[in-house]
Amino acid sequence: MAVVAFFAASILAIIGAVGVVSLGNPFFNVLALVVHLIALAALFLLLRAEFVAAAQIVVYAGAVMVLYVFVVAYVGGKDEPIGGATGGGSRALAFLFAGALLVEICIAVLGSGLQALNTEGAGYEPGIEAQGTPAYIGRLLLTKFLFPFEAASILLLVAAVGAVVLARRRGGAGIDDDRIPFLTALRPPGTGTMAEAASGRLGPEPPILTSGEPERGPTEAGGW
Amino acid sequence: VDIEWYLVVSAFVFSIGAAGVLTRRNPLVILLCLELMLNAANLALIAFSRMHGNGDGQVFAIIVMVVAACEVTVGLGVIVAMYRRRIPIDVDEARELHG
Repeated sequence: MAVVAFFAASILAIIGAVGVVSLGNPFFNVLALVVHLIALAALFLLLRAEFVAAAQIVVYAGAVMVLYVFVVAYVGGKDEPIGGATGGGSRALAFLFAGALLVEICIAVLGSGLQALNTEGAGYEPGIEAQGTPAYIGRLLLTKFLFPFEAASILLLVAAVGAVVLARRRGGAGIDDDRIPFLTALRPPGTGTMAEAASGRLGPEPPILTSGEPERGPTEAGGW
Repeated sequence: VDIEWYLVVSAFVFSIGAAGVLTRRNPLVILLCLELMLNAANLALIAFSRMHGNGDGQVFAIIVMVVAACEVTVGLGVIVAMYRRRIPIDVDEARELHG
């Protein structure tokens, strides 16, 4: 049973990975990645990593992929010809390199001489705090791995701020001229402040004249 | 199923992702292929965690997922900024670093 589940999930995962690389439409790439992630979650379950499998489905296949779909829809899923402008020679070289990488990783892993590689893993006894359950992972995160946990949370904060800065209206790093001051955001023009009453202005601020003759104000007209 | 098999699947997925990064030109797809590679690493980590019988590898995999989420947010922000500045969404066109 476990063997059948393993082969089904791993074949599905590899098919999904090939789909991500080979399909032309970015929407289909994202959907293939969702298939791949769900198959990978099944593999995690077979490896007794229940919490990671659930997080994979909820966070990855759910939230992150929705973000991808939004961006693909915004940017426009333009079909890219698989052949592309890149020459056939460099593509062949790229696939050759990937194949060499596969062979190299397989040799490195299988030739590592780890004794337990050809076993089914260490002993496992089911229970409420067995390996891989939320209780177990939570205990590890808050005791042994507290510092990486906090570092990851700071990293998430930095990434969120960075994404906001990058995706601002004017398009990334640059000095914005149309930035709204804090007080204006708090109380928009024309809502009856003392300063507006004193200057006799109702409504939004007039545009600043940069050239041409100066605006004729009340002082030049001799005073009202 | 032996641990070896999981590692071989992980190696396959990693190589496919590497091939995608090398051959595709749409930065969105390149980010997806990077996700593939990170997930292959996650699978290897969890397989080793099972082999040793402790949860360290699983915690490491969760941290890798956090890093991947950060990479996605910043990468997609860069792509949206490129789109707003009318830069073509193609890594071959975006080869200069100046703003």
